Amino acid sequence: MRPESEEELVGIVAGLEASVRVLGGGTRGVPGPERVLETGGLSGITLYEPGALTLVARAGTPLSEIEAALEAEGQRLAFEPMDHRGLMGTNGAPTIGGVVAANISGPRRIAVGSCRDFLLGVRLVDGTGRVIRNGGRVMKNVTGYDLVKLMAGSWGTLGVLTEVALKVLPAPEARATVVVEGLETGRAVEAMSAALGSPFEVTGAAHLPGEGRTLVRVEGFGASVEYRVARLQEVLAGHGAVSVEEGDAIWSAVRDVAPFHGRVGDVWRVSVKPSDAAGLVARMEAESLVLDWGGGLIWALVGEGVDLRARLGDFAGHATRVRGGPGVARFQPEAAPLAAISAGLRARFDPRGVFNPGLMG
Amino acid sequence: MEMPKPDPGILARKPRLVSRLRAALPEDAVIHEEAETRAYECDALTAYKCPPLVVVLPSSTEEVSEVLRICHQEGVPVVPRGAGTSLAGGALPTADSVILGVARMNEVLETDYANRFIRVQTGRTNLSVTGAVEEEDFFYAPDPSSQLACAIAGNIAMNSGGAHCLKYGVTTNNLLGVTMVLMDGTVVEIGGAHLDAGGLDLLGLICGSEGQLGVVTEATLRILRKPEGARPVLIAFDSNEVAGQCVSDIIKAGVLPVAIEFMDRLCIEACENFAHAGYPLSEALLIVEVEGSEAEIDYQLGKIVEIARRHDPVELRESQSAEESARIWLGRKSAFGAMGQINDYMCLDGTIPVSSLPEVLRRIGELSEEYGLGVGNVFHAGDGNMHPLILFDANTPGDLEKCEAMGAEILKLCVDAGGCLTGEHGVGIEKRDLMSHQYGPDDLEAQMAVKDVFDPGWLLNPAKVFPLGVSESRRGARMAAE
Repeated sequence: MRPESEEELVGIVAGLEASVRVLGGGTRGVPGPERVLETGGLSGITLYEPGALTLVARAGTPLSEIEAALEAEGQRLAFEPMDHRGLMGTNGAPTIGGVVAANISGPRRIAVGSCRDFLLGVRLVDGTGRVIRNGGRVMKNVTGYDLVKLMAGSWGTLGVLTEVALKVLPAPEARATVVVEGLETGRAVEAMSAALGSPFEVTGAAHLPGEGRTLVRVEGFGASVEYRVARLQEVLAGHGAVSVEEGDAIWSAVRDVAPFHGRVGDVWRVSVKPSDAAGLVARMEAESLVLDWGGGLIWALVGEGVDLRARLGDFAGHATRVRGGPGVARFQPEAAPLAAISAGLRARFDPRGVFNPGLMG
Repeated sequence: MEMPKPDPGILARKPRLVSRLRAALPEDAVIHEEAETRAYECDALTAYKCPPLVVVLPSSTEEVSEVLRICHQEGVPVVPRGAGTSLAGGALPTADSVILGVARMNEVLETDYANRFIRVQTGRTNLSVTGAVEEEDFFYAPDPSSQLACAIAGNIAMNSGGAHCLKYGVTTNNLLGVTMVLMDGTVVEIGGAHLDAGGLDLLGLICGSEGQLGVVTEATLRILRKPEGARPVLIAFDSNEVAGQCVSDIIKAGVLPVAIEFMDRLCIEACENFAHAGYPLSEALLIVEVEGSEAEIDYQLGKIVEIARRHDPVELRESQSAEESARIWLGRKSAFGAMGQINDYMCLDGTIPVSSLPEVLRRIGELSEEYGLGVGNVFHAGDGNMHPLILFDANTPGDLEKCEAMGAEILKLCVDAGGCLTGEHGVGIEKRDLMSHQYGPDDLEAQMAVKDVFDPGWLLNPAKVFPLGVSESRRGARMAAE
């Protein structure tokens, strides 16, 4: 099923007799029913005002189309959405609706926030076929409940997005990366904390244990980047051998977890307090690791079928199994009262359980 | 503004309620004599007043849980209160409600610079959160004008913003976790020191829910290292349109200031008389602030000045010293006080797309003529968050009603321009009945369904946010069940 308009989608949803998998570009490897409800027919940028830093697009709009429109005006999606294709072994074109539904961000999340922090408004069709609007296209909006945030990261379980409004930001003139060599995980997190706790506006802090490299990124006007790189080298000098790399290629590798591409095994994504990272990594027995967000985001490659949560035991944070077969819950199980609230919300927005049933609990 | 009639059954049960609350809390934490409850009869929307049935001032999450459990069992509405600085009537009680004030819960629970967060009890004031970390050169970013007095609890309830949110975002972008008590007394933990929710983004849902989903007792907040420096520039124009165009051009050029504040003539004159900041007396004034090292500031201000000059400013002045910067901001931050010296005022905070600024300001000017009430505009221009201040005389019969009618027209104008009713103050009672102008029945139904899940009995702050007629059947169901 591939509706070409919101009205058509309403009709389809109202007539659904069995559950469906809601699909944007299908690049993120979301499991679900065989029957697919595609959003690709709901496509196109409906409003873009560079001077107001706002863009509105139909949910099925390819991300590449949005990025091209922004680039033409020297702007970008600052939350740096990850491309899952290399990691998941998928094809297809990511859509903006998929990015929003999965709240997909990248390394810059540590500095500017995640996708949900840039989402200004949504239109959706809920499980009963109602069209619901929330938020708008202005940057500050506290009018009623923030269903915009609720929809970001709801993975299609509450409704099918038809249109999203986003805040965009200017793309920087220059960027550079300060690299520290040879740090083990605990020391790398300390180095990244020192950089992130400095006034020098770090927009990426990652650690690649496989290469023994710790990366700290700054972006902005040329002279400002030069100045901050110099100061960050001073901040990091006591932590290890420091060098500077120009350009941005290494950050797409971090964003897309390139060290895991083409490798067999299950992939986990663990969100923690950075200073807990080293202790947790030691318990993971992972075959490969990538640390982003100053140590607050751990990507772990483990053997097929391994329940990483069992290895971690009780910890503060959450673990999502991004890649792997059935048998292990994809999302971190919630404490009982929160699970009841989440189930209650799903029951209100999708009372028949037609959208991605069981995906989130 | 209409409020629901108090439930006589609840009023009759007051003695039992008071004795149960007194058994659960320390003696000085339960206030029920009318002379004392009067101190809680209103918030900063002082036009509306009603003493509550009882006031409780718990000191811990456990005590909050006890209070809510008792009120839940007794079927008594609860109105959560931070510092009572809401401009929207968010903490206005009804005669049959219990005010639950968190003011005594103001401790710092944990400060963690390596992981860049602070955990506080939510009765703590906004400014004192920064106060707790500034020795290490850190700060808490959201900075509402009332930051000296307002509590984090209220900031979370209203998703408060401030002058610097163009760069740093509002409360929801700086909130990492909460301890919250549900209406039935259940204590839940959402989020923590880590980033992003594991399941549905309940944290995002709670922030800005105006105390209708739960009572937040503890919060984990993101703290940031202070920039090396900051400096504002004043740019004066002889028309609002040109000032608006300048804002848009600055943003388009790729400079992202931390703040772009806009004031019109009436506000400029009032602030100048009040704070003597040296503001040029012109039609429109922009205060643009950038951050960084001295050299970075010079570079960014250079770009901004270059853009501004293309628009023929009548005056353009870079701050030369820390004292001058402080005075420039003092002028802006005392805008409300300065306007208050002229007359009573009502402050709105509708938000519009930046591009419709000239048109909306022109229409506000026309409405001002039509209603015969003065309007000053002070404005977070970078993000379109307007603050029209309508002047009226509370002692002139009919003036308040006239002012409210005009306010409603301005807010509808904001919505029709593609904006919204409120950018940072919240709906409360003030904008409740205008919600139907921004949202259709299905949109409101979806929001109310969320409250059904968290608070099925509609006991928490029930007569707020939604038009009374729209929420009546839900609130009425509670009454009928008794």
